[in-house]
Order: sequence, then C-alpha cells, then structure tokens
Amino acid sequence: MNAGNLSSLYPLSEGLVTMAYLVSGIFFILSLGGLSKQETARRGNLYGIVGMTIAVLATFLSGKVSNFELLVPLMLGGAIIGAVMARRVEMTSMPELVAILHSFVGLAAVLVGIASFMDPGHSDLVGSDKLIHEIEILLGVFIGGVTFTGSVVAFGKLRGSLSGKPILLPFRHFLNLGMVVASVYLGSQFLGQEYDAALIPLLIVTAISLVLGVHLIVAIGGADMPVVVSMLNSYSGWAAAAAGFMLKNDLLIITGALVGSSGAILSYIMCNAMNRSLVNVIFGGFGTGSGGGGGSGSTEIEGSITEISALEVAEELKESKEVMIVPGYGMAVAQAQHVVKEITETLRGKDVNVRFAIHPVAGRLPGHMNVLLAEANVPYDIVFEMDEVNDELSEVDVLLVVGANDIVNPSALEEENSPIAGMPVIEAWKAKTVVALKRSMATGYSGVENPLYYKENCRMLFGDAKASLAQVLSGVN
Amino acid sequence: MIIAIPKEIQPSEKRVAIAPENVAAFVKLGYEVVIEKGAGEHSNFSDSSYEAVGARIAGDPAEVWNGELILKVTPPSVEEAERIREGVTLISFVYPARNEGLIEKLSGRKINLLAMDCVPRISRAQSMDALSSMANVAGYRAVVEASHVFGRFFTGQITAAGKVPPAKVLIIGAGVAGLAAIGAARNMGAIVRAFDTRPAVKEEVKSLGAAFLELDFEEDGAGSGGYAKVMSKEFIEAEMKLFAEQAAEVDVIITTAMIPGKKSPVLITEEMVKSMKQGSVVVDLAAEGGGNCELTEAGVAKVAHGVTIIGYTDFPSRLPTQSSRLFGNNLVKLVQLLGTADEFSINQEDEVVRGALVLDQGKLSWPPPPVETSVAPVKKPEAKKDEVAEEKSKNPLLSGGFLLGLLSVALIALGWNGSNEFLDQITVFVLACFVGYMVVWNVTPSLHTPLMSVTNAISGIILIGGMLFVSGANPWLAGVAIFVATINVAGGFLVTQRMLKMFRK
Repeated sequence: MNAGNLSSLYPLSEGLVTMAYLVSGIFFILSLGGLSKQETARRGNLYGIVGMTIAVLATFLSGKVSNFELLVPLMLGGAIIGAVMARRVEMTSMPELVAILHSFVGLAAVLVGIASFMDPGHSDLVGSDKLIHEIEILLGVFIGGVTFTGSVVAFGKLRGSLSGKPILLPFRHFLNLGMVVASVYLGSQFLGQEYDAALIPLLIVTAISLVLGVHLIVAIGGADMPVVVSMLNSYSGWAAAAAGFMLKNDLLIITGALVGSSGAILSYIMCNAMNRSLVNVIFGGFGTGSGGGGGSGSTEIEGSITEISALEVAEELKESKEVMIVPGYGMAVAQAQHVVKEITETLRGKDVNVRFAIHPVAGRLPGHMNVLLAEANVPYDIVFEMDEVNDELSEVDVLLVVGANDIVNPSALEEENSPIAGMPVIEAWKAKTVVALKRSMATGYSGVENPLYYKENCRMLFGDAKASLAQVLSGVN
Repeated sequence: MIIAIPKEIQPSEKRVAIAPENVAAFVKLGYEVVIEKGAGEHSNFSDSSYEAVGARIAGDPAEVWNGELILKVTPPSVEEAERIREGVTLISFVYPARNEGLIEKLSGRKINLLAMDCVPRISRAQSMDALSSMANVAGYRAVVEASHVFGRFFTGQITAAGKVPPAKVLIIGAGVAGLAAIGAARNMGAIVRAFDTRPAVKEEVKSLGAAFLELDFEEDGAGSGGYAKVMSKEFIEAEMKLFAEQAAEVDVIITTAMIPGKKSPVLITEEMVKSMKQGSVVVDLAAEGGGNCELTEAGVAKVAHGVTIIGYTDFPSRLPTQSSRLFGNNLVKLVQLLGTADEFSINQEDEVVRGALVLDQGKLSWPPPPVETSVAPVKKPEAKKDEVAEEKSKNPLLSGGFLLGLLSVALIALGWNGSNEFLDQITVFVLACFVGYMVVWNVTPSLHTPLMSVTNAISGIILIGGMLFVSGANPWLAGVAIFVATINVAGGFLVTQRMLKMFRK
C-alpha cells in the first residue's frame, strides 16, 4: 500500500465512516441471505468477510482509534489463533467450536460494556441521555455475561468434560427469578449514580449474570444442545446489539440484530423439530418435562430384540433396491461418516439407491449431520430432510439407523405419556427392514426406551458404529 | 426333558410341527428331540435331515407319545388323546371353541394344553402367532390355486401373437392372508383391488401395489384382536353393492373374511357369481366357517355358473414345507418362553402363556381374561397429530399478531419521551431484526451449521466496540475484548469456508 495515499485519507471524515459501516451492514445482510441456499452459500461467506474487512478498516481509519502498538499485535494474535482453530477442528467437534466462539462474543460484550462505563465520555453525559446509556450498559453486560458463561458450559457439555445430564438444583426457577430480580434491583441502584457508587452494583450485576448463564445451561440436557447452541448464538447477537446502543454505533446494532434474530429463528426451528416451546427453552430446564423427567414416563416394552451380524447386514443391503441411512450423534462420536460414505458409494455402484434422511435435531448442532456427511464427500442431493422422506419410507427395503435413537422413536407418535410425545420423528419402522447400529441397549438422551428395537422388522447390530460398518463394508465388497 | 414330534395322522395333513432347522434351537435350550419316523416326509424333510441336526428318530409311535413335551400341528384325535400320558404338556392348534369334547377328554388326562391358535395377538407375541403364519401361507396359496384353474395369464403382455390383458383380482379382507394374497397376485402381474372395513389398512394395501376400494360411508371396522368387527346394516348394504359391481368386472375374487368362533359372513351371493365372466375363479379362505361365498362347499373346488369356486380348508397344508418351517419357528419362540429343559415351567404371569393355556394340569383355564391388543389404539395418536398440527398452524398467527401489537405499543411508548438519537437507533435495530428474520427464515436445514458459524463470525463485529475504547482509560480491558473478538471473526469465517467447500453436489 502507498503510505502517501493512506496518510491523505487519514482520518476519514465521519460521513465516510458512517457510509462504510452502512456498506458493511449491507454485506452482512447479503451474507446471511447467501447462506440460505447451497448454491450461494460460499458467496455469502465471502460477503461476510468483505463486510467485516470494510468495517474494521473504516474503524482503523476513523481517527478515533490510537494505541496501535497494543491493538495490532492483539488483532494479529487473535486472527492467528482463530485461523489455527478453524483449520485444526475436526468436523465432529464443530458444536464445541461454535459454542466456544459464542462465549468469546459474550466475554467481549461484557468487557466493552465495562470499558464503556469507565470511559470518561460516559460521565460527561447528563439527564436522560445518561440514563439511557446506563440502561444500555447494564443490558449489554448482562446479556454478554449470560452468553459468556452459558457458552462455556455448553462447550464443556459438548466436549464431554461436563456431564451431559441436566443438573437440576431445587427451586431452580425461583433461583433464576431471584437472580433476575436482584439484577434489576442492583441495576436501579446503578442508575444515576456517580462513578464510584455505580461501579460496585455494575460489577455485582456482572457476577450475577455470569452465575445465571451457568445455571441456565447446566439445567439443559445434552440432546437439547442444538437448541441451546442456536439460542446462545442469538444471545451473542443481542449482546452485540446492546453494545451498539451504548456506543451509538449503527453497524453494531444492525449486525447484532441480524445475528440475534437469525439465532432466534434457528432456535424456533429446532424447538419445532422437538415439539417444545421457545419459552421453555429460554427459561432452561429443558427436556425434563414438568413431570420430573426422563425415564419415569416410559412404559415397559413388550417383545424381544433380534440381533444381526455385520455380514448379514451386508447381504441385506446388497439385495435391496432402496436403502435409507438415518445418522445420529452416534455416527459423529464414532467418526463413522467416512465408512458410511464408502458403503454408500459401493452400493450405489451396484445400482442400489442409497439416500440419507436427516432429522432436524440429529447431532448436537443444527445441521450437524449435513456437515459430517459433506466432510465425507457425500453429495448433498442424496441427503434429505425428515419431511421429504417420511412418506416414502414404506418403499425402503433396508433402513440403517447409525447411532440415532430418540429421533426414530415411535413412542413420540404412539404414546401420549411419553416425554417425547408429539416430537416429529423419522418413521423408521415403516421400512421393510430396519437395522439399528448401537453400542448397547442404553436409552437416548431423553432417557426414553425405544420400542423401535423391539419391532418385528428391526434387527440390532451391536458394537462401535465405525467397526461394525467397516465389517459391513467388507461384506458389501 | 424330551420334546416329541408325532407324525400327523389325518390323511390330508401334510405338515409336521417342526422343521430340521428348529431342532438346534431346542437342543440349545437343553431339550432332547424325538421325532416319529416319517413325520416330515410330506413336508420334504427326511428322517436323516432331522438326525443330522441332533434329533432322534423313533420307529415306534409309542415312544413318541411317551415324550414330556409334545408338539403337534393339528388338534389330537380321540385315539391320540388316549395315548397321551398324564401330566405332560401338549402344544398344537386346539380350537377350544369347537372341540369341547376333545378338551374334556384331555382334561381327564391331567395334561397342560397350550393352543397355538389362542396365543394373544399382541405385538410381543407376533413371533409366536401361528395363525398369522398360516394365514400368510394360505393367502399365497389361494392365488396359486386361483391361477391354476384360471385359463389365462395373470400378467398383461404385448406379444407378436397379440395383446394379453392382465387379470383383475379382487381381494376382500386385508388381514394377514389378504395382504399375502395381494402381494402374490401383484407379483404375478395382476391388477389387484382390495377391500377392507378398516380404513387403517389402506396404507398397507397401497404399499403392496393394490388399489384400495372405498365406500362413501364413514364407519371404522377395527375391532379387537386384530379382527374386524361386525358392521352396521347400512354399511353392509353399501358394501354388497360395491361387491356386485366388482364381481361383473373382475376375473378372480379371493375372500378372507373370518369372524373367530362365528359363521363367516356371506359377501358373494349367487347373483354375483352369476354375473361373473365364464372361467372366473372365487377362492374362499373362510370356507371352514361356512364361507364368504353363498355357493362355497367346504373342502372342495366346484364349478357353478361357469365359475370355479374353491373352498379348500387346508391351504397351509398344501404348502407343507413352508408351513412347517413357519410353524416350527413359532413353536421355538413359544417354548423359549416356557424356559430351558431344566427350568421348564408354565408361567401364568406371562400374558402370552396365560392366553395360550387351555388346560392347566387338566383344569380348564380357557377362555383367558381379556388382553388389550396393541393394534387397536393406533388410530388415536394420528387424530392427535392432526390436532397438534392444527394448533401449530394457528398458534404462530395468533401470537404473531399479538406480538406485533405489543411491539407497536412498546415502540409508541418509547417515542413518547425519548431522545431523538435513541429513537434513531431503535429504528435501525427493529428494522434490522426484521431484515434478519426475512433473510434467514427460509434457510435450508443442511446449512444450519454454516449459517451459525457465519453469524457467529459476524457477531465478532463487537471487535469495533473494543477498538473504540482501546485508546481510552482502560486499554487492557478493551484489548482483551479485541483479542477474543478477533479469534471469533477469523475462526468463524475460516471454519465456515472450510465447511462450505465440503458441500458438493
């Protein structure tokens, strides 16, 4: 770059910066729009990068930023760490990565909020402007705090370093309510005070929000993580928007609102897929039902299970015309997506029509299974959504359930008392033969027994999904 | 403990209770298996094939009747009943409702009697449901018998010698036998139509490739025990009208309407038979209970008005190898319930055993207390599903309107007494929310993860907030914010790119 040009540009006029922010906001909108379709998705990502670059450059050159000797190394360091993380991450660990990245946004929002409060510019404000600004700071810090610790807990649960089981403290709703009430009270103490008197309530509110984030998310079970992650995504957006309000920065407001509403929509879609209400999710304690949970609602299942060997599965597959594969979290855990793809290719080479059926909440992240299959090079036009295939399942000769449980559980439709009653599921049992790969007879995350395994047309193939499928593959060859 | 398999003595009975494949399962449970010489002959199972898998062949029938657990197909005859030792267990078809004399006789022998035809029709007992296995065979065989006497192809062809129209087959009753018949007739290439009083079976009928005939009449015929119930008079009239129309058109009618313990309903009248084309065939699988066709004679095939009417009552026995295998499999599952040779017991707590038990040490225990079937309630959740769907379609609209109202009120309240700058920001905020909503609403589910990581990267825009404070009072506070936000931006965009590269068509 030419230094002379640069210096003549620096600092940019306020109008130019505003317009640059507007352009960058438009790019962000185009980016999200692009990501709604496969064909335009890559362009969408590119738009996002362009938008971000414009925004950062404009801020750099706005004249409001100095202290470059601190700023530049920090940004470079962050970019390098982010790049390495992005390159190294296994596709099966995507949920963890997304969760931890959310926590960064939350943390940044808290820090920016506090920095904004400590900034001398704040004390200069008077009257209603000051009040509004203080409310904005409070909101930003509070939402940021919840997002931060909530995401860290979600990250821990997804990695397995924290138990996936919901941890339910007694009176947890009262605890939550208490924390919110306390925050509102302390917040009112914070408003209109001088710097010193206000700092302590602000820090206490921050601490409460951190605790609340932990408490909200520990109460949610591992299987509900798709909803949690998209919810935290939404929170991180609202945190950014709140920061935008306190900084009077339209770009932050626009971007935060975009992210917030998109995350909220995703959560809503996920909730629909599990037949839960959004309210239930936002207040946590999800997947536990009012009846005090999991296993108690399940009834005894009659019948016996029939085992099958990997070689028999291979024979069945070779003899069929229509094969449907239903992957679940178990496939991700066993890293079996590549073997699955090999089997798919071999069978398709033998004129067997192999397709995939994906449940919206399969895995631990919305769209998790699609990403894994894409990683294994499964073409996306043979990967179908639950609603697209449910009516055709009776034509399927062999339906292979790879490490999925609750999403193929017939009690969701057949048993009114089941904790998962009403949840739309892939109606696997309609297929002529169902082969379920499982490590053991343990229940899924919801803790509900699965009558599918006891159905007459269901065969069980026990063992690690990857090892079993490798045997199936050698049988198919 | 010895399991004994006598040779079936009725001349028309070609089945045997177990096939050689089943012997191993019994041996595994610790039983010794004794088979009467020549028992499997008609089913094409040689004595040596039984011996090869560990069974013993008994030349003397008396030795077989000494067994402790006797497995048979048909109910024992009077002579056979007399040969049974006291205290043994006998499993076979029994039909206790029609064989009261036999039951009385056997009860005098103080035996345990389990009836394969009384195994409750619940989902757990499906693998022991011999009535279903036999009905399956009967349905298949009915089509074979029909095509045997039918003078034409079932399938349609276009040949050098001219066009051959496909045969039209009407199947009444889509139970196990009916469905098997539909499958067999479809596989032979016929055009198949099926009728059943239970609308719930429509899907199964269609899945086999047959057309499902319907009446303009609302009544569900689903009864308990997997059978249809008796319908109202109006329904029957409408039904008969349909059959009369069909009879004139189709080439083959296969009827399977049986009502347990009652006379079979007459569905095909003499008038209808008269209206059928010359050379047509009626196969009546309900002949044993009196027949669904007015002209059926149990046990024989006859020609009336140019139509062959087949009223055999031994369809399963006409496919003995297959029937014996399936029956043997059913027996294995039932005996597994009774335990191994060392721990053999008739556990009346088990509702399957309780249902099948006709004599308990000679004491009559039939009929058993009623068992709820698992087939009947299927309809309920479906109805519920509709309701839920309806609720869902209503809900967003309702709450959507409500929320919109609430939002408007809140915005107006804000406008009442707010600073201009703040209101500008609110304007931007609310509009951006709506843009986000519009843009993201139709995202394809397969892109949820990339979308999330991109929005995540974008929300790293908070970086700018950090940058604005880095020269302020607390550079390190802002610095940390900048640092983590940059990780977020770089990581989010790059990982999205990596993911998107993998999606290919």
